[in-house]
Amino acid sequence: MTKGLNGWIRVLVMVLALVVIVNSSLSEEYLSVRNQINLFQLSIEKVIVALMMTLVIINAEIDLSVGSMMGLSACAFGWLFQETSLSAEWAILVCLIIGMLGGALNGVFVAYAGLPSLVVTLATLIGFRGLARVLVEDRGITDFPEWFDAIGQTGLIGPVPFSLFAFLLLFAGLYVVLHKSGFGRKTFVIGTSRDVAVFAGIDTARHKMILFIGSGMVSAFAGLLYAARVGAVRGDVAFGFELDIITMVLLGGVSIFGGVGSMFGTLMAILIVLNLRNGMALLNITGHIQTGVIGVLLITSVIATRLDLGRFRLRKENAG
Amino acid sequence: MLHRLSPQTIRILALLVVLLLVILFFSTQVPNYLSGRLFNRVSSSVAIMALIATAQTLVILTRNIDLSIGSVVGFVAFATGSLITDNPDLHWTLLVAFSITLGMFFGMINGFFVAVAKVPAIIVTLGTLALFRSVLVEFSDAKSIVTANLPTWLINFPNTPLLEIGTLQLRASFAVAVAVVLVVHIALSRIRIARKLYAVGSNPEAAEMAGINIGLTVFTAFVLSGALAGLAGFLFLARFGTITVVAGLGFELKSVAAAVVGGVNIFGGSGLVIGALIGAILVDLIDSSLVRWHLVSEFWREAVLGGLILLAVTMDTLVMRSLAVWRTARSNSKEDRRANVQSP
Repeated sequence: MTKGLNGWIRVLVMVLALVVIVNSSLSEEYLSVRNQINLFQLSIEKVIVALMMTLVIINAEIDLSVGSMMGLSACAFGWLFQETSLSAEWAILVCLIIGMLGGALNGVFVAYAGLPSLVVTLATLIGFRGLARVLVEDRGITDFPEWFDAIGQTGLIGPVPFSLFAFLLLFAGLYVVLHKSGFGRKTFVIGTSRDVAVFAGIDTARHKMILFIGSGMVSAFAGLLYAARVGAVRGDVAFGFELDIITMVLLGGVSIFGGVGSMFGTLMAILIVLNLRNGMALLNITGHIQTGVIGVLLITSVIATRLDLGRFRLRKENAG
Repeated sequence: MLHRLSPQTIRILALLVVLLLVILFFSTQVPNYLSGRLFNRVSSSVAIMALIATAQTLVILTRNIDLSIGSVVGFVAFATGSLITDNPDLHWTLLVAFSITLGMFFGMINGFFVAVAKVPAIIVTLGTLALFRSVLVEFSDAKSIVTANLPTWLINFPNTPLLEIGTLQLRASFAVAVAVVLVVHIALSRIRIARKLYAVGSNPEAAEMAGINIGLTVFTAFVLSGALAGLAGFLFLARFGTITVVAGLGFELKSVAAAVVGGVNIFGGSGLVIGALIGAILVDLIDSSLVRWHLVSEFWREAVLGGLILLAVTMDTLVMRSLAVWRTARSNSKEDRRANVQSP
């Protein structure tokens, strides 16, 4: 299991090296600090959610509602700011609580009612998006306080924005949780086999509940970052982000069936996707085509890691 | 009475009851709700979703999922549109055949990666969702299909009434969709090859031991699903006329939602395409009725819909679970009684 993952990460590192070499030969601007920060900032909300999604998928669940939760949180912030006398600080807190409650809603249905997470979060994907539209209807809300916009648009230390620090901090935190703590071990065990976990005395329902609440809160946080970066919210904020986020996690070698994956793999996949998009943008390749290339990369990387180059055939134990 | 019916039949009956309740509820809320126009409106808008939900069901039955379905519908609608724009005299049968073949081709690509290369379906179709869409963007060359360049027979086709009872019209697009669903339903319940989809989905190991070629079955499911998505693409073109590169965006999750509401088990092996059809009708009916309900603003539509899907699935699971418990208890008590008679 670990052996397969190491092979995968080798492939990812090689792909990343290739992308960086090609990109830097295309443009001198590419390796500049400004471009590197810019490349992160354009998708920072997605990659932050991808970190948390790694844990959810390793646990053999999925959260399709993340994009809608980002939208709901951003719209709730806009609504609270415009329609109520609440200050922006309190509005942020309320949005994070909304994320917690939304995650708990998913968690209750998945962990305690025993419904498949694919179905539950598909329903809340529609429902959360609906609530976001109820709040802002077809308006756009803008004119947030200056300090709030500054969080998303200017550097916190030098040119590095707050969101990038948040990403690094969350990565470090989740790395420790997943790979260095009992909670992380349980995440892997439950993802490998829920029955085994139950027999081992693990409270799997509580564990899943915590992960879904975490996923909701991180999504709500990412939605706020989006509002700060763009400086405006509309009903369709972060629409369709869920599939991009899941693509990144799966590209990072996390098994869709749970039990296999690492934070480092997800980080590699994030770097590849961001640098690849950046390089293609330098070549004037448009967004839809960029997504297509990443789609091909996703499929080929899964096949590539299965190839036993010595015998040049599909390895049996990984198949299926 | 209840114990004689199969769980699937109970489910379909329950769905029909819910459908009836929804209609009754809105008819007390919306003036002039119950009319031929309601039927005509819902039946013509549901045709495309019914085909896609059926396509999705075929794949879900085998424990897989097809997330690329929206991109296939979009591509087929666009390609068919540009074919008829360039050759306005093309016979309609050739045009339909073209749509279906193109859809099957995309289904083969998905099927190959899932069944032969053994890549999980969610990964393959997540990839082809993006890939097919980007091929469409490249192919379209920043142009769109416009209604003005399409022949009138094609534009008129979806709303042609085949049968009229008062103001009630059986329109061609809905007739096509219902006919397809019925054919697939009969095939799935009566034909050996189609039964294999259930076998593979409910227990792959047992299916393999029974001599079923799993790879071939899964491949067939994807190709058939592609064919239906192709036909849906044709109807999409006929209904909307104007096709841009975003046609069919988001259909993948809508089709899964319709199938799941219709009682198709997301883990494969159980579910009826008739259920998926009723699921699609239910979702469409609620969606279009909420717009006309003055008590809530139209912006509540999606929020209510999400809640209802969650409710439907929860109810379904809980009822099916207690039904299973009740039946086991019932058959146990019968055996107890028999055992008591035999051993005095």
